[in-house]
Amino acid sequence: MEINELIVEKIKNFSPNAIEETSDFRSDFSLVIKKDELLKVAEFLKADPDLLFVQCKDVTAIDWAKRKNRFTTVYHIYSFKLNKILRLKVNLGEEPQVDSVVSVWQSANWYERETWDMYGIKFLNHPDLRRMYMPEQFEYHPLRKDFPVMGIPGSIPLPSGPQKD
Amino acid sequence: MGLEAKLQSDGFLTTTIDAVVSWARKNSVWPMPMGISCCAIEMMAAVDPKYDMSRFGSEVFRFTPRQCDLMIVAGTVTYKMSHVVRKIYDQMPDPKWVIAMGACTSSGGMYRSYPVVQGIDQFLPVDVYTAGCPPRPENLLNALMEIQNKIGKSKSRDYQDRVYQNLKHVEN
Repeated sequence: MEINELIVEKIKNFSPNAIEETSDFRSDFSLVIKKDELLKVAEFLKADPDLLFVQCKDVTAIDWAKRKNRFTTVYHIYSFKLNKILRLKVNLGEEPQVDSVVSVWQSANWYERETWDMYGIKFLNHPDLRRMYMPEQFEYHPLRKDFPVMGIPGSIPLPSGPQKD
Repeated sequence: MGLEAKLQSDGFLTTTIDAVVSWARKNSVWPMPMGISCCAIEMMAAVDPKYDMSRFGSEVFRFTPRQCDLMIVAGTVTYKMSHVVRKIYDQMPDPKWVIAMGACTSSGGMYRSYPVVQGIDQFLPVDVYTAGCPPRPENLLNALMEIQNKIGKSKSRDYQDRVYQNLKHVEN
């Protein structure tokens, strides 16, 4: 598809080694971006007058459990000009860290907090990386594959027990 | 053959203070609507003119815990919410009762996972459990009638030597 080729061409002109892999599955176009290039590519995709990916719709992650690069962060960004959703992926290893894209898209702020809460991916230079859902003193990251479904007993405090009569 | 007939024929009746107090108490149960999720819709339906909870003297849903004596916990209680539920319960004046409405509240229900408390009896004294997901309004009314039976059997001396717990989460 022409738009996909345009996007890849533009990024390659901007930074030749940024793209590791592309895939186009049922018109969901994804790019795997190198971890160190993510912030630069994000800025470029937002600012380039032919692309204008101005909206960040979602940030999430995948835990592959047994793969060598265990985690993948996924960014869904949207261009009103092209009417196109683009998916960016970044592969990360154990103790995952990646640059925050909040400086590019403000809406990524809470998405990255959620991803930190659920997967324990550290977003560097995030303005306020607190937990989103779980209590602040909670130590685990529940959507990781090694976290038991029923949680870890005693890890979240309950109020004092039933007392009556 | 009601109370009026009795009063007209004799002009007086004999009873005990306990009977009168518990009779009055059980027919004026004021619920605290702790509507946390979908069960709350059925709880609201139980108050509407079709099911009409006011037949049992319980139409007065108070949105301040200080005027309530029955807490209807209607919905999934997460670990984070459990502290709020307990705090509101502690602010209700004694004597007080609790209905665990629906599967989630009674046992965690279909949410068998890490954020949901598997049954509110882990931190609240529950008097009546109600089955259903969500329970029909008739079922909630049945639970209310069970509570009324329980209150009807209570005696004033049940409360006289009560030790009041130190409510440290209400202090702020």
